[in-house]
Amino acid sequence: MSPTDPPIGPPHVSPAGASAVPSSPRDLLLEVAGLSKSFGDHEVLQSIDFTLERGKVLVLIGPSGSGKTTVLRSLNGLEQPDGGTISVDDGALALDFSKPISKGQRLALRDRSAMVFQHYNLFPHLTVLENITEGPRIVQKRPRAEVEAEGIALLGRVGLAEKRDAYPFELSGGQQQRVGIVRALALRPELLLFDEPTSSLDPELVGDVLTVMKELADEGWTMVVVTHELVFARQVADEVLFLDGGVIVERGAPEQVFTAPTQERTKQFLNRLLFPL
Amino acid sequence: MDWELFWSSLWPIVRGGLLGTIPLSIASFALGLVIALLVALARISGIRPLSAIARFYVSVIRGTPLLVQLFVIFYGLPSVGLLIEPWPSAVIAFSLNVGGYAAEVIRAAILSVPKGQWEAGHTIGMSSTTTLRRIILPQAARVSVPPLSNTFISLVKDTSLASLILVTELFREAEKIAAFSQQFLLLYMEAALVYWVFCLVLSTAQSRIEKRLDRYVAH
Repeated sequence: MSPTDPPIGPPHVSPAGASAVPSSPRDLLLEVAGLSKSFGDHEVLQSIDFTLERGKVLVLIGPSGSGKTTVLRSLNGLEQPDGGTISVDDGALALDFSKPISKGQRLALRDRSAMVFQHYNLFPHLTVLENITEGPRIVQKRPRAEVEAEGIALLGRVGLAEKRDAYPFELSGGQQQRVGIVRALALRPELLLFDEPTSSLDPELVGDVLTVMKELADEGWTMVVVTHELVFARQVADEVLFLDGGVIVERGAPEQVFTAPTQERTKQFLNRLLFPL
Repeated sequence: MDWELFWSSLWPIVRGGLLGTIPLSIASFALGLVIALLVALARISGIRPLSAIARFYVSVIRGTPLLVQLFVIFYGLPSVGLLIEPWPSAVIAFSLNVGGYAAEVIRAAILSVPKGQWEAGHTIGMSSTTTLRRIILPQAARVSVPPLSNTFISLVKDTSLASLILVTELFREAEKIAAFSQQFLLLYMEAALVYWVFCLVLSTAQSRIEKRLDRYVAH
């Protein structure tokens, strides 16, 4: 980020990038314990536990149906777990899913995070800039001029400044997903959630999106990423969780999980990804 | 052919269209759309009694002739002490009728918007109501404009039934002149011609609106 760039960064990092806000040794943004969910007889999540410190990147990997997307959606209130707790900001907001969750609690959880979808889910009837300003303007009630200036600046950062008045259908998949990321950033969330953000993209467009995500991680955004991009995960993740059958089978630093997995299922999964034939 | 009669009766018939048919159609359609939106939302709501009432309403409207609905309101209700003037009777009957048909169109249009759009609305912090209003309905509108335009054009023609409950509109003007002059074929053909011109104008307007709403869709 150059000095001329606008001061839009993760909430706890000052514009200059200096750590003006001293972080406590254990600056827990997220604490998830015993998260479980069933659809009928099918247990999609069984007792998921993890913590995430501010400024860290957590990557969830695993086969389809492993529950990784359900975990991510639970963090954004799009999915309601049947049991377990999600606690944000060292307990400032604590949701216990074994009891009924109030609408206010669910919205408070949602306010902390912003989601980037696999299929972008841009609003097709709004221009790129309108897509970005819709949340800040309509939900957060911030002034239009401020929100638009910030949106334009963010678009410039992902190389799409000239697309501000385009409609989503006029953009490539990679461009749409970068708009999806900017739409999330414009909400000024504490936590960025990515649900297989590159899985719908043509291979040659994946790099553009991953580059943006890597920059965000380097800037100190706190992120939870569901992905199959192992190279990206290895470069960016602080911790990797491997999920299968609704449980965390293995967890650790990326080097450990990717180069020296201890569990047989992790080895099989990584082998299938690396050597599909 | 009696051209003199044709030209002298043209303005009264057109005036009947401009002062009767068109305002009646617009008022009934506007009210009908409000009814339709509420009924569509009731059906989608998932609240059992609400959606059952909505389904019953749609079924009755679609399963009975418009003429009968009109007669029940204007000639029938007075026998239970409810006397409604011709104009309001017509607006009530037509808007209830439009409501029944357009409800299904709107319901289908809302359901055609991908689930991901609801989630995207929620994820930027919108309530379901705001998501519906700002994200879902604008997209549903594009889908429902062609069928709703057809509903409107049908309605314009159906308002000729209002002549049977003494509303002064296009067809009633033609009938009056026909009865007086005994030139039935000429006057009825003339009425048909005026309806046709009205509908041609509406079709043109329809394609313009569709084009406008299509601006954010790939071609």
